[in-house]
Amino acid sequence: MIHFVVHDENDSVGVVVVEGVKAGDSLTGWIMDQDKEIAFKAANDIPIGHKLAIKALAKGDTVIKYGTDIGRVVAPIGLGEHAHVHNIKTKRW
Amino acid sequence: MDLSKATFRGYKRENGRIGVRNHVLILPVDDLSNAAAMAVENNIKGTLALPHPYGRLQFGADLDLHFRTLIGTGANPNVAAVVVICIEEGWAKKVADGIAATGKPVAYFGIEQHGDHDTIMRASKKAKEFVQWASELVREERPLKDLWVSTKCGESDTTSGCGANPTVGNAFDKLYPHGTTLVFGETTELTGGEHLVAARCRTDEVRKKFQFMFDRYQAVVEAHKTSDLSDSQPTKGNIAGGLTTIEEKALGNIQKIGRKCLIDGVLDKAEEPTGPGLWFMDSSSAAAEMVTLCAAAGFVVHFFPTGQGNVIGNPILPVIKLCANPRTVRTMSEHIDVDVSGLLRREMSPDQAGDALLECMFRTANGRLTAAEALGHREFVLTRLYESA
Repeated sequence: MIHFVVHDENDSVGVVVVEGVKAGDSLTGWIMDQDKEIAFKAANDIPIGHKLAIKALAKGDTVIKYGTDIGRVVAPIGLGEHAHVHNIKTKRW
Repeated sequence: MDLSKATFRGYKRENGRIGVRNHVLILPVDDLSNAAAMAVENNIKGTLALPHPYGRLQFGADLDLHFRTLIGTGANPNVAAVVVICIEEGWAKKVADGIAATGKPVAYFGIEQHGDHDTIMRASKKAKEFVQWASELVREERPLKDLWVSTKCGESDTTSGCGANPTVGNAFDKLYPHGTTLVFGETTELTGGEHLVAARCRTDEVRKKFQFMFDRYQAVVEAHKTSDLSDSQPTKGNIAGGLTTIEEKALGNIQKIGRKCLIDGVLDKAEEPTGPGLWFMDSSSAAAEMVTLCAAAGFVVHFFPTGQGNVIGNPILPVIKLCANPRTVRTMSEHIDVDVSGLLRREMSPDQAGDALLECMFRTANGRLTAAEALGHREFVLTRLYESA
């Protein structure tokens, strides 16, 4: 069963595609472009559609999704942690 | 899906364009004419009034866009005939003349010096004539190239970028080689991915025009923003659905133009394409505004991917909704025409998802009502560029 999907293997984040993911759950991810599977442990409760970090990110790092820059890290994000507006901001506007 | 011999059944209009619906419109040019237009709609069954709040004291480019949108809406091949009503007869004639260039039946009425009662009576007589004439028109078999397909997504979330939007992209990649006319837009929602769109432009000239439109819209955002566009772009719904930044939203949005087709031309708002291929239309990213502009540009079927569940429709352009978010498909099933949530469970391939959308497109083009049509969603929203005089 797929719990999260990743667009490209170089991405820093994946998207949870099932409901009810809880901290400590073991998750299976599907990297779509390379058609590979990876395993991760959720560090937080993560709602469906929200992202988990699959690379450890420090403040100031660039977040990569679709193989492209989607913003900057404003608070450190550990592996398997919920990555969203509380720790990532746009670089535009 | 082999599309080389694919056909659909549509209505051939006087100018050769093919429609997939057969509406008789009662079109008010301004806010003051809504009451009369709706009275005519009530009098004559089978007609469709398009009330809206604008049309008075607009000027310059904003007024041009108002006329272009109304004329384009009446000219759309999903429309068989039009009754135009305006407070001032001169502007009713201007809009009617623009629509009449297509060759379809049009009549116009001014309210001043007549009042609502007399206008409603005269317009109702004409509307009855038009609707009875239109009811005898029959569909004929047409090649796929005669179908004009637009796309815009709404209430997107992260599942849009990995499921529903790539499904539209897959369908666009399949339609493109068959000479169809396709359009996408949502200018600010390309922010962060504009370099990828620029790279897909067929020529330097197209690229230059795209960049001009993109920069023009960025200047509007820069001039009016406060700190940032928090809760606007991405919207609160987008953020609730897991989208974090405009860049992330844009990269998901761009999945709708597939991986193969090139951008052949660039259009201003509500401007009609001059040939087949994939067009970029400068446009608002607000769902009803953008879909209204697509209808005014002459498109006859619309692909609308959603994540969190936008419920939009359009009065004349059938809006096909597709969704990959299993929670939305479960909680809002009456709005979803094509369920592609199997993509995210690896139970459906992108190719199968694209085919499912195309199958729904053919059924819709042949006359099947979309969820939005059956539910009565008729959002007709005119884009304004600035204040009235």
